[in-house]
Amino acid sequence: MSRSLNPTIAALLAGVLFGAGLVLSGMTDPAVVLGFLDVGAWRPDLLLVMVGAIAVHLASYRLMRHRSSPLLRDVFHLPTAADLDRPLVAGAVVFGVGWGLVGICPGPGLVGMAANGSTLLFVAALVVGMALHDRTWLGAWARGRPRRAAH
Amino acid sequence: MPEISLLPLLGGALIGASASALLLTHGRVAGVSGLLAGLLFVRDRDTRCRAGFLGGLVLVGVVAALAGSPAISAPVAPWVIVVVAGLLVGFGTRLGNGCTSGHGVCGVARLSRRSWVATAAFVGSGMITATTAGLLGGGP
Repeated sequence: MSRSLNPTIAALLAGVLFGAGLVLSGMTDPAVVLGFLDVGAWRPDLLLVMVGAIAVHLASYRLMRHRSSPLLRDVFHLPTAADLDRPLVAGAVVFGVGWGLVGICPGPGLVGMAANGSTLLFVAALVVGMALHDRTWLGAWARGRPRRAAH
Repeated sequence: MPEISLLPLLGGALIGASASALLLTHGRVAGVSGLLAGLLFVRDRDTRCRAGFLGGLVLVGVVAALAGSPAISAPVAPWVIVVVAGLLVGFGTRLGNGCTSGHGVCGVARLSRRSWVATAAFVGSGMITATTAGLLGGGP
């Protein structure tokens, strides 16, 4: 295993690359994103971004999938769940509604929050939404598990 | 007449390369919502990886803002809608275990059935929402 590259720096560089890709592709402009989601005024930019990103990642994933471990860590952390359950679909639908309302998803939100207050407000609400799921009974309720006995 | 731009394709390729770099070095999926939730709610040896990657995103935004880049724009929706949208995106990405990056790019490229279904679901509900809003508001 190579230890010459600091893991935090490697992650930072990957983040910068990701952010540069978002800015270059127009995904940090909500109007471009809504231009894809609004079929009444459709523009294909977001589709092209997805095609470019998926093509590169699909090819490189095929090359690295047989590795036993990543370069700077001991094990891969890939999702193992396989079943198409209700929380997956319900969560994606809820996310899509929020995304379609303003044209911002988490990545462009984090990039854009330094540039304008409205995006910063979006990210703040996003964090609250995550906490409502992970830290309150709302998450378990939405997942359809019975709440812990209250009485 | 709008010119056809290759920038979306090129920017997308950078995103795909970034996701590959994070997987190759850290063995982590470059899903922004998952990394953010991990940074907020989990403390383990990958905390620095999450902070580094998300810090890179923020850093790009800071540099772009200082440079006065026109590529980063504010949403036009009223602040109440922005808050509601943020809550839905935060809650929904936790419930559905991912967003545009984790499901839409990484999972779809790994041919994960769950990510294909999730991506179809959020693109579908996003289109219905944005198209309805466009009809009600006279276009974005």
